[in-house]
Amino acid sequence: MTPALAFDLLLIAALLWSAARALITADVFRAVVLFIVFGLLMALAWARLGAPDIALAEAAIGAGLTGALLLDAVGHLRAKWRGPER
Amino acid sequence: MKAWLTALIALLCSGLALALGAAMLALPEFAVRLPGQVAANLDASGVAHPVTAVLLNFRGYDTLLEVAVLLLALLGVFALSRHASDHAHPAAPAHPVLQTLARLLAPLMVLVAGYLLWIGAYAPGGAFQAGAVLAAAGVLLRLAGLLPAWAQPGRLLRGGLALGLLVFLAVAVAGLPQGELLHYPPALASPLILLVEAGLTLSIGLTLAGLYLASAGWRQ
Repeated sequence: MTPALAFDLLLIAALLWSAARALITADVFRAVVLFIVFGLLMALAWARLGAPDIALAEAAIGAGLTGALLLDAVGHLRAKWRGPER
Repeated sequence: MKAWLTALIALLCSGLALALGAAMLALPEFAVRLPGQVAANLDASGVAHPVTAVLLNFRGYDTLLEVAVLLLALLGVFALSRHASDHAHPAAPAHPVLQTLARLLAPLMVLVAGYLLWIGAYAPGGAFQAGAVLAAAGVLLRLAGLLPAWAQPGRLLRGGLALGLLVFLAVAVAGLPQGELLHYPPALASPLILLVEAGLTLSIGLTLAGLYLASAGWRQ
């Protein structure tokens, strides 16, 4: 097995694992972090597929900005859940 | 009962995945060889990178509408945030280490955005990537508490948001007398694409950052 093939197989396994965990996990914050991890791995996969343009866009928009927006939404939700109990 | 339902859903999902995979394998050969056509016309496009040539020249119409959709999405966020609050939200003070890091990184990110914009004509890069880096700089500054949220975007900010689309539209319409919409004269294609991309970079950066900065103003 060549190192490149081993890396690709590892990448595929990590993609499937992070996607499944992001969907299954009950903790919203953890799901968002896993989504960001998935986005970064996906960018790596695009780069491996020879599409650096899409890899750049995926890393910056898919993982970075969407991740920041989702984390912000989690913060809002947490503040909302905590609010009435005070 | 619940376990049965889960098993049934898993079975149906697996069946759908298999059907999609089978459909992918059964796709017919492409009737038109687009990569060959792009490579053949690359010299006339004004740029040396095929992806930029497709996005800004051969399929400029798609990119024009994409930018309009992005602006519409931000308008939707503005419409929502008007209802949430009317007063300005000062940024929350952040850790000094984060503030220093953001102050050091923000100029570098602007530099990287400029590089991505310029290199887009020859290599992977371009307006969307450069704009995304600009937007990331904006989000970072906001997280460090150095930028206020957009409660009421001023005239200058709104002008910057619309600039990319306006420049693109102006260039598109300017080619109308010579032939059709978005038809660049080959001699001017290179500077026109750079002009459009520079405007787009600024507007896309502001729009993407605005999606975050405008919604960050919702926090009461």
